[in-house]
Amino acid sequence: MSERLFTPRALITTLLLVLLAALPLIAQAVGDRYILSVGTRIVIWAIAAVSLNMILGYGGLVSFGHAAFIGIGGYAVGILSANGIQSGWVQWPAALMAATVWAALVAALSLRTRGVYFIMITLAFAQLVYYLGSGLAAYGGDDGLNIGRSRFTGLIDLRDKASFHWLCFALLCAALWFCGRFSRSPFGHVLRGARSNEGRMAALGFPVFRYRLVACLIAGAFGGLAGVLLANEGAYISPAMMSWVKSGDLIVMVVLGGIGVRFGPLYGALAFFVLEESLKPGLDLLHKGWGEYWQIVFGPLLVIIALHAKGGIASLLGFRHD
Amino acid sequence: MTELLVADRLIKRFGGLLATDNVSIDVRHGEIHALIGPNGAGKTTLVSQLTGSLAPDSGTIRFLGRDITRLPVHARARLGLARSFQITSVLRDFSAIENVALAQQAHHGHSFRFLADVRKDTARTEAARRGLAAVGLEARATVPASALSHGEQRQLEIAMALGGAPKLLLLDEPMAGMGPEESQRMIGLLHGLKQRCGMLLIEHDMEAVFALADRITVLVYGRAIFTGTPDEIRRHPEVRQAYLGEEAA
Repeated sequence: MSERLFTPRALITTLLLVLLAALPLIAQAVGDRYILSVGTRIVIWAIAAVSLNMILGYGGLVSFGHAAFIGIGGYAVGILSANGIQSGWVQWPAALMAATVWAALVAALSLRTRGVYFIMITLAFAQLVYYLGSGLAAYGGDDGLNIGRSRFTGLIDLRDKASFHWLCFALLCAALWFCGRFSRSPFGHVLRGARSNEGRMAALGFPVFRYRLVACLIAGAFGGLAGVLLANEGAYISPAMMSWVKSGDLIVMVVLGGIGVRFGPLYGALAFFVLEESLKPGLDLLHKGWGEYWQIVFGPLLVIIALHAKGGIASLLGFRHD
Repeated sequence: MTELLVADRLIKRFGGLLATDNVSIDVRHGEIHALIGPNGAGKTTLVSQLTGSLAPDSGTIRFLGRDITRLPVHARARLGLARSFQITSVLRDFSAIENVALAQQAHHGHSFRFLADVRKDTARTEAARRGLAAVGLEARATVPASALSHGEQRQLEIAMALGGAPKLLLLDEPMAGMGPEESQRMIGLLHGLKQRCGMLLIEHDMEAVFALADRITVLVYGRAIFTGTPDEIRRHPEVRQAYLGEEAA
């Protein structure tokens, strides 16, 4: 293991994680609270991207409805909170459960299809949840809803930005750790084998559908977790957190970072937000008002990466995908 | 000899085309039963029904005395019905040894283990290495399947099919695209496997068929027109006309 710790990519990854871990201290030192809030959001979206990578990267299943898990996780927290149940011990398991049940439902139907139909069905299901959220007038409808943060009395105060960041960071590390183990496990090999050649795996005796279904449940739970964290980050839920644009953003993060590479989604989420946060003021500097159209630059950048760096940022750093 | 597989009066239609026309066929233990016939005779369609990727319109399939007509592909494989594909079908992203390891893994209970590291499972690696050695590929263990030569990929397929210690092998043109030398090696390999399992062999290479088969069934336009020993096949006039004619002429 020791020689693997000192390759350039391992060094960069380690540096990145250390930087993310130290962000609350850095933010305090430079007196800029905004970078901490951006950093926390990067960590949360990285968790969501890691979860998408489990099925998109290792499973080859292009889910275009991943934001629904985030939305369900977030709304579970928000709805419970609005009804006076503030305890995180109740909210969080309920949220993860809800996201997992939704994953089971969507997967059981969508996994019967392939290719573009799979993409369309996962998108359709996600839109269903999106419009359901929009229609929940009691919980803010389109405008969203301000909520109280989850309470873990005596353990951690989520209102404290630094503590909350560290909690998110620890959960990201846990997700990355799990993803690493998962990809090398017997289960992960079956999933990757089915990505490579589904018919062959069935002929070998693997009930591919069941394995994929379970992968979707796991990914759904992690997606729900990201939603729980996102709701707590802004103390706010809204349908926007589960719009199809967010599902697309997540795919972009995974592709940008490196499909089927454990740390790929982390790179992807980081690159995504850093580009957004630097392109906006950068363009505004060129000409006031241009910042709004940052995606005009971002889009072609993505095209270039898709054409010239097939394995995303991870491949530029020398990662091989699993 | 006992029957491993018995297919009884299988019928499969594709629109107006009768691809499998009332075919009954059986494979016995320790036997190589070859299935020959011109292109489009319905050989692969028949094998697909036996493995479960196609459902017959009528008829039954029994394997080890059990009705498997409605069982899905993976369940049949777990009972001991393994196949190789007409078009090479390996896991191209995986190394040769990992292909075999996965094939073996399919028969070791379920694989819902999320945290165990397969690289540290030495028993798994050793078993896979033995599987590779059985087809003469041990020197190529770490090579990605996509980088193996065509002949090696076909050998790897056999090693994968043998991964679950099958009772019956369905081999769909294992010699397709092979040079004479590779074909000879494959014939030797299949001959050595006869003690381990029965085989249903689809093959165009007549030399291989006559060298290996205990019985031969001739399929023409979806119908099994004759089943017999290689000698009987050689002598049968209808078979000569329908199929061997072009080669005997």
